[in-house]
Amino acid sequence: MSDGKMPLWEVFIRSRTGLAHRHVGSLHAADAAMALQAARDVYTRRGEGLSVWVVPSSAIVASDPAEKDMMFEPTGSKIYRHPTFYEIPEEVGHM
Amino acid sequence: MYTQALNAKDAAEPIPAEEAARHVRFQERVDAEERIEPNDWMPEAYRRTLVRQISQHAHSEIVGMLPEGNWITRAPSLKRKAALLAKVQDEGGHGLYLYAAAETLGVSREELVDQLLSGKAKYSSIFNYPTLTWADIGAIGWLVDGAAIMNQIPLCRCSYGPYARAMIRICKEESFHQRQGYEIMLTLCRGTAEQKQMAQDALNRWWWPCLMMFGPSDKDSQHSDQSMRWKIKRFSNDELRQKFVDATVPQAHYLGLTVPDPDLRYDEASGHWVYGAIDWDEFKSVIAGNGPCNKQRMKQRREAHESGAWVREAALAYAAKQKARAAQQQAQRAA
Repeated sequence: MSDGKMPLWEVFIRSRTGLAHRHVGSLHAADAAMALQAARDVYTRRGEGLSVWVVPSSAIVASDPAEKDMMFEPTGSKIYRHPTFYEIPEEVGHM
Repeated sequence: MYTQALNAKDAAEPIPAEEAARHVRFQERVDAEERIEPNDWMPEAYRRTLVRQISQHAHSEIVGMLPEGNWITRAPSLKRKAALLAKVQDEGGHGLYLYAAAETLGVSREELVDQLLSGKAKYSSIFNYPTLTWADIGAIGWLVDGAAIMNQIPLCRCSYGPYARAMIRICKEESFHQRQGYEIMLTLCRGTAEQKQMAQDALNRWWWPCLMMFGPSDKDSQHSDQSMRWKIKRFSNDELRQKFVDATVPQAHYLGLTVPDPDLRYDEASGHWVYGAIDWDEFKSVIAGNGPCNKQRMKQRREAHESGAWVREAALAYAAKQKARAAQQQAQRAA
């Protein structure tokens, strides 16, 4: 093996049917099968999940926190994207 | 607590002028109770303090498996054995959550493990005491985990996001540990006179080391101020120790046990239990490596690491082989 280091994996768990898989943490394992096994032992000791995903951490592409403003600021001013922007008379009822 | 050695002062470094503004902004975020995440800018000293604190905490969980593991094969019933196994497995899990949190700060797992095995990194002094009887398993769950919970609940609101999230998971699990410990004590105290004496003996031996878990008294703990400002720490050592004593003394009385402190008294005016002087020489000596079991614990950890080396190597070699084989097959198909 290249540097003798255990690859890092990110662990996602679906806690109930109908819910999305959610990131719960990370772990080190030599390969995908061992990562899945370790994820079960480390993150689901009390019935926390029905399904586990493990993803090599190196496969995740993340946005740069330094470019947070450029990425997300433009939506800040677009308040017309929210339902509360529009006035509906009370008589119309819930919409 | 699990990071007692942090109470040594960190060398202050001069801050260049252009950095000063970033430090101010950072402190403003912390003051506003914003969580700091791995890729955010943070002062080097903040990063260093966290790496040390989180890794010491992780090491404590891992070494903490040893004194309890000592009784798995001799647990008095299948129920107790299953519970103890689950508890020790939890401690291993807690160590892993915490190592993962420390790694988000840019330190590798291998480095962290090396620091523990070389003796460079510290772990909590409490795990250097021996578990002589089954009652010690009760006392550890009740007192050691009880003290840990006092310390860890405020850490769920720590300014560093990954640490706070790890602590939330840990606190949820820790409550089972304390309750199973207290139930062991209760069973012994309702048993024969000899069994009750075992429980008393365990309390006698664990009480003072548990009070020491919270670290030096506030007047001797210079590191706290900065950690408080950074909201890594929310309460001082003495505040947490007092909370623990106030919560635990009535529990001991319920068991019909005597807290081994002749100076212990209830102060009506403040509503607190006032405890006697702590033997800080003993604390320093255990931290320095001279506790009853320091050498044994480190020897066991090193042996476990060395004995597991071939497994890690084999797993990595197998993964490399599978990868190479898959690449070769793909190349053949392409050809």
